[in-house]
Amino acid sequence: MQMITLNINGQPHDVDAPAEMPLLWVLRDLLAMTGTKFGCGIAQCGACTVHLDGAPVRSCLLPVGSIGEKKITTIEGIGATPAGAKVQKAWLDLEVVQCGYCQSGQIMSAAALLATTAAPDDADIDAAMAGNICRCGTYVRIREAIKQAAKAS
Amino acid sequence: MAPDAGSDSDFSVPTSRRQFLLTSALAGGALLLGFRLPFAASASPPAHAAFAPNAFIRIDAQGVVTLIMPQVEMGQGVFTAIAMILAEELDVPWEQVRVEAAPPDDKLYGNPTFGIQVTGNSNSIRAFWMPLRKAGAGARAVLINAAAARWKVGAETCTAQIGEVTHTPSGRKLAYAALIDDAAAIVAPKDPPLKAPADFKIIGKPLKRLDTPDKVNGKVVYGIDAMPPGVKFATLAACPVFGGKVGHVDDTKAKQVTGVRQVLLFGDFVAVVGDHMWAAKQGLNALDIMWDEGPNASINSDAVWRQLRAASEKAGATAKNEGDAAKALGQGERIDAVYEVPFLAHATMEPMNCTVHVQADSCEIWVGSQVLSRAQAIAAKVTGLPLEKVTVHNLLIGGGFGRRLEVDMIEKAVLIAKQVDAPVKVVWTREEDMQHDVYRPVYRDTLSASLVDGKIAGWTHRITGSSIIARWLPPAFQKGIDIDAIDSAADMPYDIANLHVEYTRDEPPAVPTGFWRGVGPNNNVFAIESFIDELARRANKDPVEFRRGLLVKTPRLLAAVNLAADKAGWGNRLPARSGRGIAAQVAFGSFIATVIEVAVDEHGDVRLKKIVSAVDTGIAVNPDTIKAQLQGGLIFGLTAALYGEITIDKGRVQQSNFHNYRMLRIDEVPDIEVHVISSGEAPGGIGETGTTAGPPALGNAIFAATGVRLRRLPIDRAALAARKPA
Amino acid sequence: MKKKPSVIKRLFKLVVFVAVVGLLVLAWYATRPGPLAFASGKAVALDAYQGHPTGTPPDFKATDPVARGRYLSEAADCQACHTVEGGKPFAGGLAFKLPFGTLYSSNITADKDTGIGGWSDADFLRAVRDGVDDEGHRLYPAMPYAAYTYLTDEDALAIKAYLFSLPAVRNEAPENQLSFPYNQRWLMAIWSGVFNPKQRFMPVAGQSPEWNRGAYLVEGLAHCGDCHTPRNLLQGLDNKNKFAGAEAEGWRAYNITPDAASGVGAWSEADLGQYLATGHAKGRGSASGPMAQAVELSFGRMTPSDIHAMVTYLRSVPAVKSPELPAPKEAAAPASPKQGLAANVDPHGKEIYAGACASCHGWTGESLLASRATLTGSRAVNDPAATNVALVVLSGSKFTPPNGTIAMPAFGAAYSDREIAAVVNYVTARFGAEASAITAEDVRRMRAMQ
Ligand code: FES
Ligand code: FES
Repeated sequence: MQMITLNINGQPHDVDAPAEMPLLWVLRDLLAMTGTKFGCGIAQCGACTVHLDGAPVRSCLLPVGSIGEKKITTIEGIGATPAGAKVQKAWLDLEVVQCGYCQSGQIMSAAALLATTAAPDDADIDAAMAGNICRCGTYVRIREAIKQAAKAS
Repeated sequence: MAPDAGSDSDFSVPTSRRQFLLTSALAGGALLLGFRLPFAASASPPAHAAFAPNAFIRIDAQGVVTLIMPQVEMGQGVFTAIAMILAEELDVPWEQVRVEAAPPDDKLYGNPTFGIQVTGNSNSIRAFWMPLRKAGAGARAVLINAAAARWKVGAETCTAQIGEVTHTPSGRKLAYAALIDDAAAIVAPKDPPLKAPADFKIIGKPLKRLDTPDKVNGKVVYGIDAMPPGVKFATLAACPVFGGKVGHVDDTKAKQVTGVRQVLLFGDFVAVVGDHMWAAKQGLNALDIMWDEGPNASINSDAVWRQLRAASEKAGATAKNEGDAAKALGQGERIDAVYEVPFLAHATMEPMNCTVHVQADSCEIWVGSQVLSRAQAIAAKVTGLPLEKVTVHNLLIGGGFGRRLEVDMIEKAVLIAKQVDAPVKVVWTREEDMQHDVYRPVYRDTLSASLVDGKIAGWTHRITGSSIIARWLPPAFQKGIDIDAIDSAADMPYDIANLHVEYTRDEPPAVPTGFWRGVGPNNNVFAIESFIDELARRANKDPVEFRRGLLVKTPRLLAAVNLAADKAGWGNRLPARSGRGIAAQVAFGSFIATVIEVAVDEHGDVRLKKIVSAVDTGIAVNPDTIKAQLQGGLIFGLTAALYGEITIDKGRVQQSNFHNYRMLRIDEVPDIEVHVISSGEAPGGIGETGTTAGPPALGNAIFAATGVRLRRLPIDRAALAARKPA
Repeated sequence: MKKKPSVIKRLFKLVVFVAVVGLLVLAWYATRPGPLAFASGKAVALDAYQGHPTGTPPDFKATDPVARGRYLSEAADCQACHTVEGGKPFAGGLAFKLPFGTLYSSNITADKDTGIGGWSDADFLRAVRDGVDDEGHRLYPAMPYAAYTYLTDEDALAIKAYLFSLPAVRNEAPENQLSFPYNQRWLMAIWSGVFNPKQRFMPVAGQSPEWNRGAYLVEGLAHCGDCHTPRNLLQGLDNKNKFAGAEAEGWRAYNITPDAASGVGAWSEADLGQYLATGHAKGRGSASGPMAQAVELSFGRMTPSDIHAMVTYLRSVPAVKSPELPAPKEAAAPASPKQGLAANVDPHGKEIYAGACASCHGWTGESLLASRATLTGSRAVNDPAATNVALVVLSGSKFTPPNGTIAMPAFGAAYSDREIAAVVNYVTARFGAEASAITAEDVRRMRAMQ
């Protein structure tokens, strides 16, 4: 157990946590950033997705001690990135959300996709989004919204 | 998005975030007030400054209109739909509307159908349509009277529109806000004049949902997000064998885990309390538990099916009897078929959880529940406190699907909280959530019919399975009939002169059963629509043609069938091992036809190609929500049809998480077209309709593609392989 | 038994069989090297050698016999075979599915009736080293007595002392189900006569103390050869191809000779040591199946000096090439799912990978979550037969790392044979040196063996 400093959404946070503690619980329970969700704990649902230097990662299995200097972005901060803002807007315009519980993760995965792939086709979307389960079944609108967000300049 | 993006500061400092949640928690209404956007602005105004003609409406001096939601938001968009109905009749500008979750109170907010505060059976809008319209119209009438009195003119010379009353002759206007004090004194008429649907300004528009904005920026607060100051975290493990008890527990290692505070033992479960979920989880793993497995340790799926099949041989209680089905079965060609559906878990995306703070003379609860008053009652029972000492903050729900119609997660959390001298958030692991669910029961549907020159002469249908109603709402279980289990079977839509439907109750060994999205109609629609398809084939009729012939007396469903078939290009040629299937249903008060197109490869793997649904749900309060619910419901039902089955071995559930309880993923889901048929009828239910529509349409499509008829769910891919494995 | 014609016929068959076996054996015996034959230097008696190859290592501090016995029993990995999943340790009953039937491990707790509670020291030594139980029945060589035969009396009896210090568990192990003639236990006498050196460990003069300690551990207690050395048709170890790789419980036990491409020649000593101690070395993949269990119950509990000794010894065995195993591909796959895929692979594999695998293993094959989950460089992923990849997908890694943060779940229950085959072929094609081409039928067979 030692002090770990994390860079989250551009701000430093000191946390007192065991190195193997998954980032998910550090965010939710120690920092009260509850936007990142717990769904399965075994990297099968994507609800806990955050970005590490822009890459989507499942925080439920990411030992906080392994993060070091890397920049963490969560759903609370993704709107500050161009891709994130576009995705959030498209999500609202197409009324993608139902219960919403999976959507933090969906949006994080979609934002990461758009940041690297300006005009994703269906194959890109499948590869980037298949790891995110939505129990409410919003997949059809997620696909449309990603394409719309890509068009928005 | 910019303002939201800028605002993560109050997330980065825990204390301020907790403070923020605390204030909202204290703000009476509910943590919902913690929301930014429509919810946030409306802190409950002091009572005297508000006009509250009934339990659903409050207008304050600033003109803020607060609408109180008797039903809970689980993603089905009910907050928005209810607000639309109230705002329509009250006639206020949509922008002025705020919504707030109702506190527990069966008298004020009980669901007219169930008599208690429950959200389920897709009946929110069906049940509240009239009461809410009257509430809105009543308030409007009162405000008109108030203005008329102020002006000393006849009320009939005044009208109310978008938040103000107008005296037509003189053109004088008064805002609702200016009338609240006078209005307070006036009693609402019993039968206020309702608007003509033609005059609707809000109902029928695809308005944006009120709960969405905070769901895309992480600010929404679900039960699992409650963070009262000083909260501790707990997770639990119940005996893996149903009905088993805690035997011996060695907690030496668990207590050594950093952050673990308490290890608590209860009759049939153990819990670990810690500084965070990780500590609690590691602590739980470190426990050395000897379970006293009890009598169910030998139950397995075979035993379950053997018992159900045996029970299904017994005659049941008659649910419906027209003409002489037995006699009619003797004529013409007789066809028999049996359909079976498995246990299913809910697997709501938000695992079971509940946060509780028990103190000497109070109990405060943060949870997302479909049964608010029951949540309060169970807490009162466990704590021994009077109801009024139990505060329940009902938060948004990350998926209900029927699971949150139970209060077991609340009871366990309160038991734990009694042992902890701080608020404690109890979160179930996914494994616990999946292995200690109340499962959609196994059902067996036994059908027989006779065909006389291509028409159905007789029809019998025996439904065998668990009665959830008998446990959950005993008064509703009468004369051996479970009204839910026979739903959409006793009132099946086809025109058949000789009809007999009966229900045989059989409770599966050990496994607890509960409502699951689609409830009774799930197995009934699957069995009936599969069987109708089998009969059509036997009669050498096209399945759509065959249904048309039986729907003359049900024009609303006939129209849906025609529209769906037309939009799906029914009859157009498809490649080999591809096929289309149709399913039609009257369920939850809606008339729906669905066409699914599939391709089945040589390995038996099934690919969904296209899905088209046509729905007549009466007046579509919010057409976009209706589309969304059908799309989501179809995927929910198809996930179960393709992959869903909970199996039992040694008294335990064998599935534990998404790696062995599989979900449809985005790459497996095709475009889903939903066509909403405009209608002037009262609104029907929608939230569960897609779930019941998907499986039979899929089964019928698979038959069209392969010639293999699957009478059991989930589908058996091996049976569909072009070449069976050696 | 009463003499019935069938019995006579049967006995006759037996005699013929034995004769044939005998001849084969003798023909072959002459050419058979012993496990240490490769080593230069003269084997000497234990007490004639400076240094202490046997017993517990200097960096194992506890001195009481029970603690020493525990350490040695872990080094000998008794628990793995004598415990069923979720069962009481050492209570036996674990099934070994063999082509000619099923064997069950025995209860070695101190229970008088169902365990070895009644055994004398002599009984114990005879069973462990000669493969003969207290009633004189021959044990099947699934029990590695041909390796344990090297144990000193002291070490073997320390293990007994440890076993007897544990709670006795009453548990009758099931009867073996073996077909004729394998159900003739006495035949094992011949087997043992040929394949069991029946001698205590003799250090090799002129080899270092580490080497000899390593030899005692590797050849005796840890019995590595039982999984990693191929067997001849009579199920004896073929030490001409010592450690060149073989099959264990359906899993591939890979080549652990110093061959650069197909063995562990390219691994640093640190890699080998870390792999043994933790089941994983960066860029070398992770142990799964029986090896994961061996790490969890045995190697992971051994001291640094013993790990180092085993590495030293393993380094010295002759390199043997396994032609079927290419050198592992070291470059990571491209980050884009669109690139870097062998065209001839079932596209369904990619979809399954995207949904169920990529979240942990990534598209490059280098996990962002745990180096343990990195596929790049893993021998299993670089085995065109893909046996271990398929088995780990079916049944999970069966490995619980110390801090419990990550373990591969078993996907077998929810995915079809075809889907498993597709995703396995995708993984070897994307991350390995050579694409595998396993079929749904292959996967079906593997399930049956599980
Ligand atoms: S909670 Fe991390 S992937 Fe499901
Ligand atoms: S919106 Fe409910 S789980 Fe995706």
